[in-house]
Amino acid sequence: MSASGVKQVPDTETQIRIAPDGQSIVKDDIKWVMNPYDEFGVEEALRIKEKFGGEVTIVSLGPKRVTESIRTALAMGADKGVLINDPSAEDSDALATARALAAVIKDMEYDLIFTGQRGVDDDMGLVGASVAEILGIPQLSVITKVEVSEDGTSVKVERPVEGQTLTIESPLPALITAQKGLNEPRYASLPGIMKAKKKPLEEKTLADLGLDASQFGKEARKLKVLELTPPPQRQAGKIIDGETPEEKAAELARVLHEEAKVI
Amino acid sequence: MDFSLSMEQEILRNSVRQFAEKEIKPVAAELDEKEEFSYDTMKKMAELGLFGMFVSEKYGGQAMDYVSYIIATEEVARVDQSHAATVAAGNSLGIGPLYYYGNDEQKEKYLPKLCTGEALWGFGLTEPNAGSDAGNTQTTAVLDGDEWVINGSKIFITNASTRITTGITALCRTGTRKDGRPELSCILIESGTPGFEAKEMHGKMMWRASNTSELYFEDCRVPEENLLGERGHGFRQMLETLDGGRLSIGAMGLGGAQACFEMALNYSKERVQFGRPISNFQVNAFKLSDMALEIECARLLLYKACWLRDKGKPFIKEAAMAKLYCSEVMYRCANHAVQLHGGYGLMKEYEVERFYRDQKLLEIGEGTSEVQRIVISRLIGAM
Repeated sequence: MSASGVKQVPDTETQIRIAPDGQSIVKDDIKWVMNPYDEFGVEEALRIKEKFGGEVTIVSLGPKRVTESIRTALAMGADKGVLINDPSAEDSDALATARALAAVIKDMEYDLIFTGQRGVDDDMGLVGASVAEILGIPQLSVITKVEVSEDGTSVKVERPVEGQTLTIESPLPALITAQKGLNEPRYASLPGIMKAKKKPLEEKTLADLGLDASQFGKEARKLKVLELTPPPQRQAGKIIDGETPEEKAAELARVLHEEAKVI
Repeated sequence: MDFSLSMEQEILRNSVRQFAEKEIKPVAAELDEKEEFSYDTMKKMAELGLFGMFVSEKYGGQAMDYVSYIIATEEVARVDQSHAATVAAGNSLGIGPLYYYGNDEQKEKYLPKLCTGEALWGFGLTEPNAGSDAGNTQTTAVLDGDEWVINGSKIFITNASTRITTGITALCRTGTRKDGRPELSCILIESGTPGFEAKEMHGKMMWRASNTSELYFEDCRVPEENLLGERGHGFRQMLETLDGGRLSIGAMGLGGAQACFEMALNYSKERVQFGRPISNFQVNAFKLSDMALEIECARLLLYKACWLRDKGKPFIKEAAMAKLYCSEVMYRCANHAVQLHGGYGLMKEYEVERFYRDQKLLEIGEGTSEVQRIVISRLIGAM
């Protein structure tokens, strides 16, 4: 059995605009997609299911529109979905999000939990670790290879570190955060999309999960966003002139040293 | 009124778009250059489920609605017209007539493999001397005992000579009606039947990575039960098939126009002349806004025609309008897009060059623009 946490994020091709409050983005005309790192997690969970059997459950916190991302995962082959949809949870920080996800997962039978190593929107990389902490299970972060032992009691994983590979072994249950390179996620096939229509997708409120709404939402954030600013406009590049490669190299060295002051 | 697509349709669009960009886009230019049908991308499209989209699950189809089929075709067409042609012809012309007019035995025999995309099927309508005047079909089928004996030829038939083509449906003259006009019937002819030859055509300006064939029948004998539907219903079956097929050609025009618009917009925002991006010049910005406007109209018209079909309402006029309009919108978008690319738009290195060539077929295939105008003129009571 495995659970996969899924977050819906703005499509990377969407043009992000900062809202008038200066602390959030304009969400009206955004195209939302499943966080690409979460897709690696879903794919890995499906591959393990295909090898060992079992079920894959998709868990997410967010508004109604997130059902599209959950249905996409169901169309890829996951078995059921749970969406925690509660207006009081809007704008929750990573810790509160983890509390909600853990509240769903703790009552399930599970061997592995996958999340993306980070969301491509806020780049916090906290939810996976926090869920593992709350559930009291090992957390294996930024993983590019997963091998479950034949008897299904432990897992061996790989994490890339500075030109090396770290191999880690852990008992199950455990939580893995997926890094790019783990796999190539499958497409939601057309028959898969039709099958997904009939798969169960449950919606829960914070109260359904026995959670205290006052610990969620904007007011309860431990981390507060003070200001969002767009990245600075890229300056025009500089073309190095010179008759010969030697002259160009000498000019490049001079510019790096005297103008950019980086060498 | 509700213009929103269903969640399944949105997921479908995302999935087919991702697929087309990752699996088809990288090979499209090379296949076009070599004028080669790719069995590799055909297999991948089949695995995604792009064949048998509107066929019931009983025969291995996806049981989706027509809007979904059209969205999938549009998304493939946005990346490559040749591949979209394989999908559109495979579904509308190959699978369509078998599914709508075949008896149980024929459906069970042919459809499952066509729906998994392991096999393709052609639709033999056009002849060297019968294009828009399809009623003047010259290919004959004469009943001899319990066999049809077929003689004649067909031309420009999509998907009919691939390695995985298992057969074709041919419109044949099977006799003379009481009113003196030819009696036309559709007959199924399996690949490899003696006297039947399908020859791949080369030297195409467009759809170069799609399979196009000439078909020859010389005393080709097939069992009497290979008749599709009823004898003498061939012309009506053909017209109805084309009504549906027009929607898929419309989808190709829409997807192609969308591609041209996106390429033109991106390029115009990056290309700097006289010190500013050329999209900032009103003459160009207006071209781009006209493209966006026409694409919006085309999409509304096409989806409405599909919606009518899904609801079981009359859709023939709207299908003809959508086919005509979407293909002409792509014509204008491709023309503007090349113009905005300037000299680069004339080079194969820029994809817009391929779209410019590919669009021309849409005004000719599955009923020329002139024929669409005749259909519309009749349906509005003008002639």
